[in-house]
Amino acid sequence: MIWNEYNECMSREEMIKLQSKRLCETVERVYHNVPFYRKKMQEMGMEPGDIRGIEDLNKLPFTTKQDLRDNYPFGLFAVPMSEVMRLHASSGTTGKPTVVGYSRKDITTWSEVVARCLCAAGVRKNDVIQIAYGYGLFTGGLGLHYGSEKVGATVIPISGGNTQKQIQIMRDFKSTVLACTPSYALYLAETMEEMGVDPKELSLRVGIFGAEPWTEEMRKKIESKLHLKAIDIFGLSEIVGPGVSCECEMQNGLHINEDHFIPETINPDTLETVSEGEVGELVFTTITKEALPLLRYRTRDLTVLHYDNCPCGRTLVRMEKCKGRSDDMLIIRGVNVFPSQIESVLLNMGETKPHYLLIVDRINNLDTLEVWVEVDEIFFSDEIRNLESLSAKIKHQIESTLGISVKVKLVEPKTIERTEGKSKRVIDRRKL
Amino acid sequence: MLIKQLSVFLENKSGRLTEVTKTLGDLDINISALSIADTAEYGILRMILTDPDKAYKALKEKGFSVRLTDVLCIATPHRPGELAKALDILSKNGISVEYMYAFEVGEKAFIVIKTADNQKTIDTIIAHKDEVELINADEICQIRAK
Repeated sequence: MIWNEYNECMSREEMIKLQSKRLCETVERVYHNVPFYRKKMQEMGMEPGDIRGIEDLNKLPFTTKQDLRDNYPFGLFAVPMSEVMRLHASSGTTGKPTVVGYSRKDITTWSEVVARCLCAAGVRKNDVIQIAYGYGLFTGGLGLHYGSEKVGATVIPISGGNTQKQIQIMRDFKSTVLACTPSYALYLAETMEEMGVDPKELSLRVGIFGAEPWTEEMRKKIESKLHLKAIDIFGLSEIVGPGVSCECEMQNGLHINEDHFIPETINPDTLETVSEGEVGELVFTTITKEALPLLRYRTRDLTVLHYDNCPCGRTLVRMEKCKGRSDDMLIIRGVNVFPSQIESVLLNMGETKPHYLLIVDRINNLDTLEVWVEVDEIFFSDEIRNLESLSAKIKHQIESTLGISVKVKLVEPKTIERTEGKSKRVIDRRKL
Repeated sequence: MLIKQLSVFLENKSGRLTEVTKTLGDLDINISALSIADTAEYGILRMILTDPDKAYKALKEKGFSVRLTDVLCIATPHRPGELAKALDILSKNGISVEYMYAFEVGEKAFIVIKTADNQKTIDTIIAHKDEVELINADEICQIRAK
């Protein structure tokens, strides 16, 4: 079943026509309603009329996460606050989150694209979907929630955490669909083993997994352990949240809801569009959003786009599973983490910035973050309790900035390897 | 009265203590007293040395985190109950001990002590000089087992 056959199965010509019409309207709107874009376009000597269709897309300016931060909190909104029905936010550097807004229509659009994703994954109205993504400022929980309701499935809004209870409810309520991060899915499987719950006796049949990168190997492991079909869903709050793209039951790439979000892949250095089939940084232009329309938003995710036909019948372009990042952002337990966030915490602790190293690992299927901090003379004390309170303070401040738990380890000066005078900041042992 | 103690931050990995002591040995610096406070991941080495300033410089150059701290050394007769007596004097005067380490030489027991308030500790001990003795840096470094 295809949720919206008209939009999901259009011919390329029809899609280009629709995208072009919506792109022109969006450019017109942001030019008049968002000073940031008007200024950018004026600086480039452009007027809305210069954009006549998607063939002119690459004339438009890019938008970056930094632009969102610089315009914190609502500077890029294209509607008055009276039209903004919902706010979400993701964690950000120096405590400033990236804020996104939704109009009534945006919420409807979001529900629609998530419903398409769920439908493509095989979720129907008879399903019982257990949403174990966090509810709150994070878009995961509520995004899946609204889409599931639209499909008409029975929603269990359990949110994240409380693993034993998740399993009890999964068994007692006979959940057929599990929505969470892939690493949490594995953690659930492991906890089931410990609790003596056999996944075969559960009713699970589909998993909607996203919010962090994962591999084919992980998919196989999850599918064999939980006895379900593991479907990859992709999204980022800046564009809409989960539902930007999702795999269909063929599991051969994620169909992008391109009638709402036009994708491009660019070379992150030259900013030129890469050829079809080549790896590039994914860039999105939202063409139906009202509250926060974004032109050519650089996701920093690296992927490949495929325009060939999918056996499922959808003509929507497919993106491969993300292959990495073109910046230093880490995704740890679904939370975006930039090394610079930790750097700024440490910078606030003393006169000078200590050398540090982030060690990311996956232990028992849960991402862990260890922060090594070199104890230089500014930090060193002859009393254990001072050192302990120092590491507790670092831990607390990092945790309140990032929103995830970390382990802080104090190490001797010069322990952390220097290469070309600069320290290596991150060791990711997760083998993604 | 005040004694310079050299503290060194040591990660719990093999060879670090050897490195420190070898550096001191090469410079002909003698260790008069030493203690290590250990945690799961690191330790703090505390030492009373014949030349703390020279040791500080040398270890710092080798990349160690080092610090000089003023501590005190007291001496009591080397007999059961004497340490309790000395500590009782401190606690009755509201002086709390951050850390201490001790060694004996013949008739006497020497206790290196770090308190929150060195001056108050000095005043208190001087007021009780019949029971507890304050030791100078030179004296510690010249102590030889008889």
